[in-house]
Amino acid sequence: MISLNSHSTLAIEASGLAKAFGETKAVDGVDLAVRSGSVYGVLGPNGAGKTTTIRMLATLLRPDAGSARVLGHDIVEEADAVRGVVSLTGQLASVDEDLTGRENLILIGRLLGLKWADAKTRAAELLEAFGLADAAGRLVKNYSGGMRRRLDLAASIVVTPQLMFLDEPTTGLDPRSRNQVWDIIRALTAEGTTILLCTQYLDEADQLAEGIAVIDHGKVIAEGTPAQLKASVGSGALRVRLLDPEDRPEAEGVLARALAAEVHLEPDPSALSVSCADADRAAEAIGELSRAGIAVANFSVGQPTLDEVFLALTGHPAEEETIEEATANIEEEQAA
Amino acid sequence: MSAQPTTPIRSDRAAEKAALRKALSSTPRPPRASAVSAALTFGWRGMLKVKHVPEQLLDVTITPVMFVLMFTYLFGGAIEGSTGDYLDYILPGVLVMSVLFTTVYSGIALNTDLTKGVVDRFRSLPIWRPAPLVGALLGDSVRYIVAGTVIIALGLALGFRPDGGVVGVVAALALVVVFAFALSWVFTTLGLLLRSPNAVMNAGFMGIFPLTFLSNVFVKPETLPSALEAFVDVNPISILATASRGLMAGDAPAGDILVVLAVAAGLTAVFAPLTTRLYRTRG
Repeated sequence: MISLNSHSTLAIEASGLAKAFGETKAVDGVDLAVRSGSVYGVLGPNGAGKTTTIRMLATLLRPDAGSARVLGHDIVEEADAVRGVVSLTGQLASVDEDLTGRENLILIGRLLGLKWADAKTRAAELLEAFGLADAAGRLVKNYSGGMRRRLDLAASIVVTPQLMFLDEPTTGLDPRSRNQVWDIIRALTAEGTTILLCTQYLDEADQLAEGIAVIDHGKVIAEGTPAQLKASVGSGALRVRLLDPEDRPEAEGVLARALAAEVHLEPDPSALSVSCADADRAAEAIGELSRAGIAVANFSVGQPTLDEVFLALTGHPAEEETIEEATANIEEEQAA
Repeated sequence: MSAQPTTPIRSDRAAEKAALRKALSSTPRPPRASAVSAALTFGWRGMLKVKHVPEQLLDVTITPVMFVLMFTYLFGGAIEGSTGDYLDYILPGVLVMSVLFTTVYSGIALNTDLTKGVVDRFRSLPIWRPAPLVGALLGDSVRYIVAGTVIIALGLALGFRPDGGVVGVVAALALVVVFAFALSWVFTTLGLLLRSPNAVMNAGFMGIFPLTFLSNVFVKPETLPSALEAFVDVNPISILATASRGLMAGDAPAGDILVVLAVAAGLTAVFAPLTTRLYRTRG
């Protein structure tokens, strides 16, 4: 009975999902449990396996191993039933560039079974709601990135889906468009739609998601609420850039004393960062630096970035891992 | 907008949000689109593309016009002794050739489509699996009909007076379009297997060009070396051309028509499921 209940409240249950392309293991045993009605973030750098995971769950790719149920339907055995309740907004905007915005929405409406008149009414309603009414008759290839994204989201909710896959919905958008997309996502959740959100931005997951899985090299390496995740990294960081890189060793000592925390030396030879949540204490530490006669070019206090999360969780930065670093990591792991 | 004070902008935002909430408040899911309705909707998509870029129709209209004029006036005298007699022979042939050449574009169009994100959405919709493909080919069939109509109209203007009348001409056009629809599946398969639209075009024409020329479209097979004649006689394109000539001339060759329909059914039976499978799994 208990397991039945937990079944009914989980929108996505995946265990051991795996997919390889040739030699590359894009997804290497991913487990997910997403509560119905929540926004769940899948956080990771490019090439971590986010898109492949989404494509398997949306029935576009068949997993090599593992299994998953989406709203109770098996993604392989009952793929058609899954398609009947989900919608997908892909990383490339999933709209037809050679048609107008209005035609795109009518097309999707018709394919989902709406009558012509209903499909037209629905398209007009959505264009209005997404601020695209003026551009309704223009070809999508002439839309801006933000307009395309909004049309893409509109196309995903022509008929309200029970679950929506969003693959990096704000990558490449300006802040205003990004905020619009976030508003749309929040409004969707308020209506009860479950959302699986893939993103590269910790900030985005933090704003929207109830739970987050951090994924790297095709594996989930951490899972929890945004607060848990940030706590595991240190809730924020003071980043300092010095005028003269020669001062760095001295600055490291001053900051370590002032904040009683370990100072991280950035790849930039004049930059340092140190975990620090409190802006007042950060200001004091900057004061210590100037008293010690160390000139500061600039500094900032902020949330940990994806890079810092990755560094804390894996010991390597999120992007552009070199072969040497990878080898070093493997050796470290073996030694441990 | 920028000239307005701040308050209306804020209420604009509020209105936007209200509209958003209204649009999101659950649209009930209608019964699934039937296979026919989904395919026709994709056909409509094909038509819209022609509407937005009508230049696409140039290659299905200008090329056939060039072929008719060139073959009639350049080769007519040499091959048949008079351009008028050759027109009776060549017009159904050019009809077959032009329409079949156009089928290669179905593969090119599909290959181009695949590079775009919209295919992912189509694949994630609860629709009859072959609908995007069948629909695209239905849309292409309209192009075949346009090409065929242009050729026939030009022929009539040049003095082509088929004994089969309107019925015969329409039946011939219908037969050619049915065969073209079936042949398109070969090129859509190619379109899914090859990497670029250019590769599809090259491979497609490398196949269709010799097959069309090694048929009775231009010359009577009796004039050919015997080995070649044997091939030309069994080439389905020859049989299609003969059947079209027969229909236009008013004596419908039942045997040839059956062979054409059987070949069309065979091509569809093999390549339509293959295309559908590749469409689902590629990418």
